[in-house]
Amino acid sequence: MAAPDNIDAPPILTVEGMSVDLKVPSGMLHAVNKIDFSVRPGQTFCIVGESGCGKTMTSLALMRLLPRSAKLSATRLNFDGHDLLSLSDHAMAELRGDRLGMIFQDPMTSLNPVYTIGNQMEEVYLRHRKSGRREARERAEFMLQRVGIMSPALRLKQFPHQLSGGLRQRVMIAMTLMCEPRLVIADEPTTALDVTVQVQILQLLTKLQEEFGMAIILITHNLGIVARMADRLAVMYAGKIVETGSALDVFTQPHHPYTQGLLRCMPTHDHGAPATRLGSIPGIVPSLVGDIRGCGFANRCDYVRDACRTGDIALRELPDGAAYRCVIPPDEALARPAELATP
Amino acid sequence: MLRFILGRAVMLALVAVTVSFIGFGLLRLSGDLAAVLAGETATAADIARVAKQYGLDQPLYIQYLDWAGRALQGDLGKSLFTHEPVTELILARIGVTIRLAFSALLFALVFALPLGVIAALRKNTWIDRAVLTLSVLGQAIPSFWLGLLLIYLFGVILRWLPISGSDTSWHFVMPTITLGLGTMPALMRLTRTGMIDVLSSDYIRTAWAKGLHPLSVLFKHALRNAVLPVVSLSAVLLGFLLGGSVIVESVFALNGIGLLAFDSIKRIDFPVVQSILVFLSFCYIFLTLISDIINARLDPRIAL
Repeated sequence: MAAPDNIDAPPILTVEGMSVDLKVPSGMLHAVNKIDFSVRPGQTFCIVGESGCGKTMTSLALMRLLPRSAKLSATRLNFDGHDLLSLSDHAMAELRGDRLGMIFQDPMTSLNPVYTIGNQMEEVYLRHRKSGRREARERAEFMLQRVGIMSPALRLKQFPHQLSGGLRQRVMIAMTLMCEPRLVIADEPTTALDVTVQVQILQLLTKLQEEFGMAIILITHNLGIVARMADRLAVMYAGKIVETGSALDVFTQPHHPYTQGLLRCMPTHDHGAPATRLGSIPGIVPSLVGDIRGCGFANRCDYVRDACRTGDIALRELPDGAAYRCVIPPDEALARPAELATP
Repeated sequence: MLRFILGRAVMLALVAVTVSFIGFGLLRLSGDLAAVLAGETATAADIARVAKQYGLDQPLYIQYLDWAGRALQGDLGKSLFTHEPVTELILARIGVTIRLAFSALLFALVFALPLGVIAALRKNTWIDRAVLTLSVLGQAIPSFWLGLLLIYLFGVILRWLPISGSDTSWHFVMPTITLGLGTMPALMRLTRTGMIDVLSSDYIRTAWAKGLHPLSVLFKHALRNAVLPVVSLSAVLLGFLLGGSVIVESVFALNGIGLLAFDSIKRIDFPVVQSILVFLSFCYIFLTLISDIINARLDPRIAL
């Protein structure tokens, strides 16, 4: 909700009907199931959902870094004028690290232990900008300053094990921004860090976004982070997007029972507000192996009806590009209580 | 780095002393050397005289200190059989052995590293299985049989290569292949598992995400991490090759340390056996130090 929602600009990323299927011993696992979304320049788009909902597979698919056993398909997958489906491996590699960057979850293991910070940062620039070593070093120093690292010249000569987790994630971010990508995919970038450092890293991302103007796809299970960062968001469940819209709309007027359940699971920070029971969603995520009939959430849903268990559930469009995937019409969906009664 | 090397060197010196003492003791335990030296027809008085002559009547630690003191001055005694100084005997033979050991290790590495990398990249395909089959064969084929087979093929039938002696580099081709093929499988397997492990690591995913060239990802980022245990194993194998190539040295009539040790043991030429034992253990220790230094150069986390 930080940056203005510039809905008029053409999207930098358009995803239509994207699926990721994994071959597993028991059959075909539909990790991502025909999802659609688009991200506009400078926007922060959050993908939120619990473990195994397909959010990491989505990010790896966009980078074309899926494991060998995975099959990617889509009706349209366009990034900055490039068709990511038909791009050769070589052309895709030239895009990665240059126009399209990625920040990973665990900064402790995401940097190569045997090379210096400088070496690992500079090689991105050397690869994509075909610059000299000197220029690359200056760029790396500049980027370390941008992510708030003191004495960058010293840090460049150090090895990852000499840095703390928070510092390493700053280095990861600086490294990803070496070539000023148009889109950065951040997959749970703060999950492995302690809470105080988390806030610093999120503030840093917001600051850098204003400075460099890149779009961010932020993948997280943490609704607090979504509330803080997102312009728009998509809620994923069992490989599908079940609700999408502007952060304001989804947080204030959630339509899908799963989104409503998730929001009830988020502790409120209002002191003095009457104590409410922290919610939980009973049941577990369904197996994604084989064909899923009807709504994936049906078995955990309090409002389930017969129509939920047959065929594909249609998407219900709402104003401002919001939508949710449920058989229950909007007025009825909004009439549900926002909080559980205090026991 | 210097502190690391010095620390290592001190530790290894202590190991060297311990090993030489144990080796010395074990050789004395193998029987009454004086009785053996005096011969089958010797009387008790003869044996006592021999024992006194060679200092074998002294307590073990006195014998050891006496021997070690002279060894430190470069005097390893004389062969009981040829009466040549042991130092000269070893120096005359060591060149052949070192040449053979290094070329065998080089041969093994030249094949083990690329094959290991390819097998890792093509894990669970027919390529991987073919490479693994090759490594099982390499481990299972006895070196004397392979040596004889090579001699028969390249020496007798094709007449391409000399079959015995150590006069030219050509003489080393078949022994190198024989020893190298036996050495290669362990290195290959270690490279393969190392690469498989490293290729699934987070920092390799980062390297791909940076859009680096595949060769850079594989060789700059992956191989350097995967090769660390291979370096350590290479040192151990090289030590083994220096001391354990007796069979290949006999098959190809190469006058190396292995053959000298073998002959000396048969003749109970204990000054020679003793010296070779200590010499080889020092080689091992030195190689371990070298591999530790290489690994510390490769991985900055080691020299903490």
